[in-house]
Amino acid sequence: MLRYANPTLFLDLARRLIPAFGALGALGIAVGLYLVFFVAPPDYQQGETVKIMYIHVPAAWLGMACYSLMAISAVGTLVWRHPLADVSQKAAAPLGAAFTLLCLVTGSLWGKPMWGTWWVWDARLTSVLVLFLMYCGVMALWNAFEDPARAGRAVAILTLVGFINIPIVKFSVDWWNTLHQPASVFRMGGSTIDASMLWPLLIMAGGFTAVFVALHLAGMRNEILRRRVRTLGLLAAQREPEAPVEALPEAR
Amino acid sequence: MRSPLAALAAREFRLAARIGGGGGMGLVFFLILVTIVPFAIGPDLNLLSRIGPAILWIAAALATLLGLDRLFQADAEDGSLDLIRMSETPLELVVLVKGLAHWATTGLPLALAAPFFGLLLALSPEAMGAICATLLVGTPALTFIGAIGAALTASLRRGGLVLSILVLPLMIPVLIFGVSAANAAVGGTVPFATPFAVLCGLSLFALVTGVFGSAAAIRSGSA
Repeated sequence: MLRYANPTLFLDLARRLIPAFGALGALGIAVGLYLVFFVAPPDYQQGETVKIMYIHVPAAWLGMACYSLMAISAVGTLVWRHPLADVSQKAAAPLGAAFTLLCLVTGSLWGKPMWGTWWVWDARLTSVLVLFLMYCGVMALWNAFEDPARAGRAVAILTLVGFINIPIVKFSVDWWNTLHQPASVFRMGGSTIDASMLWPLLIMAGGFTAVFVALHLAGMRNEILRRRVRTLGLLAAQREPEAPVEALPEAR
Repeated sequence: MRSPLAALAAREFRLAARIGGGGGMGLVFFLILVTIVPFAIGPDLNLLSRIGPAILWIAAALATLLGLDRLFQADAEDGSLDLIRMSETPLELVVLVKGLAHWATTGLPLALAAPFFGLLLALSPEAMGAICATLLVGTPALTFIGAIGAALTASLRRGGLVLSILVLPLMIPVLIFGVSAANAAVGGTVPFATPFAVLCGLSLFALVTGVFGSAAAIRSGSA
C-alpha cells in the first residue's frame, strides 16, 4: 500500500491493471449474460422477469460495498494520511451512487410486474434510497470545496459519520416498516436460490466487480491527472510576470 | 474571574437568544409550518390529529436546520473560531456549549410549546404529553447531528443547502422513533417505552458523535 503512495508508481500500476480488469469485466458480463438469457431457467412464478435479478443484485452488492470502500479510504485519509486515500474516495463516490441508482431503477422495473407498483416503502428499498441520498451528500460536499485537500478531510469525516449511521438507519427503517406492515408480502431472499440461477448470478457479480475496479482505477487516474493540471496551472500563474495593466478605454 | 468556558457559554447563549431577530424566530417558523399544513391537506380534524405528531416532528427538524448554518460559520468568518481554537479549552467542550445554546433556543422552546401547537392539530391530551416528551429528548439529537454538518460547511458560501443535504438523511432514525413513540402513546401495538428508550439512546449517541465529529471537522477545515 505504502509503495503506491507515490502517484507515478500508482499510475504505472493503473495503466497495467485498467485494461486487465476491463477485459475481465467484459468477459464476465458477456458470459454471465449468455448464461442468463440462454441457460438459466425462468422462475416458476416470476417467469422471465426474474432475469432482472442478475443485474439488480450485483448492483446492490456493489452499491453497498462501495460505501465500505469509501469508509476505508476515509480512515486512510484521516489516520494514515495516505496521499491516494482521498483520491480513491472521490473516485468511488459517483460509482457507488451509479450502482445504487441502477439497483433502485432495476428494482423499480422489477417491482412493477411482480408487485404491481413501481415503489413501495419497504424497509430494504427505503434503506437503499437513504444510501443513495448519502452518496449525493458526499458528492455535494466534494463539489463545494475548491481545495482538494480540505475537501478530502471534510468528506472523510462525513463518510465515517455516515458509515456508523448506516446500521442505525437500517435498524430504524426495519423497525419502522415492521410497525406499519407486520406481514410483508415482499419477502426478498426468502427462498434459497437453485444452482442453475446461482452460478449466472455469481458470474455476473464477478463481472460487475471487475468493471467496478477498472472504473475506480480509471477514476483515480483521472483525478490524479486533474490535480496535476491544477497544480501546474497554479505554478504557471505564479511564474507569469505581472501582465502590464492596460488602460481601460475611456468612456466617451 | 470566570473560566473561559463559562464566558463562552454566556456569549453563546446571548448570541443564540439575540441573533437574527431573536430566539423566538424558531417558534414563529414552527407556527407557520404548522399553519400551512392544514391549507395543503385540508381542514379535516381527524386526519390532522392522526398525522399531527408527524407534522410537529418534521417542523422540528426543519426549524432545527434553520439556525444551523450560522452555528460555526459566523465565528469562522469574523475569526473568533480561530481564537477559540487557540485557547486551552478543548474544542469538544466548545462544540458542546455551542450545541446546547442552539438547542436551548430552538429545540427546547419547540418542545415546551408543542402542547399549544397540538391544540391546532386537534391532538388528544395523551398525544400532547407524548409529543412534548419525545421532542424534549429527541431535539438534542437533531441539533448535534446537525452540528457535524454545520462544522463541515462552516467555510462554504451558501453552505446551508449542502448542510441540509448532508444532515437530513442522518436525521431519519430520530424522526422514525420520535414519531412512533408519539403514536405509540395514543394506541398501537408497541408500548410507549420501547421507541422512547431507543430515542433517548439515539440522542445520547448523537451527542457523542456530534461533539467529536464536529470538533474533528473544525480542526480539519482550517488546517
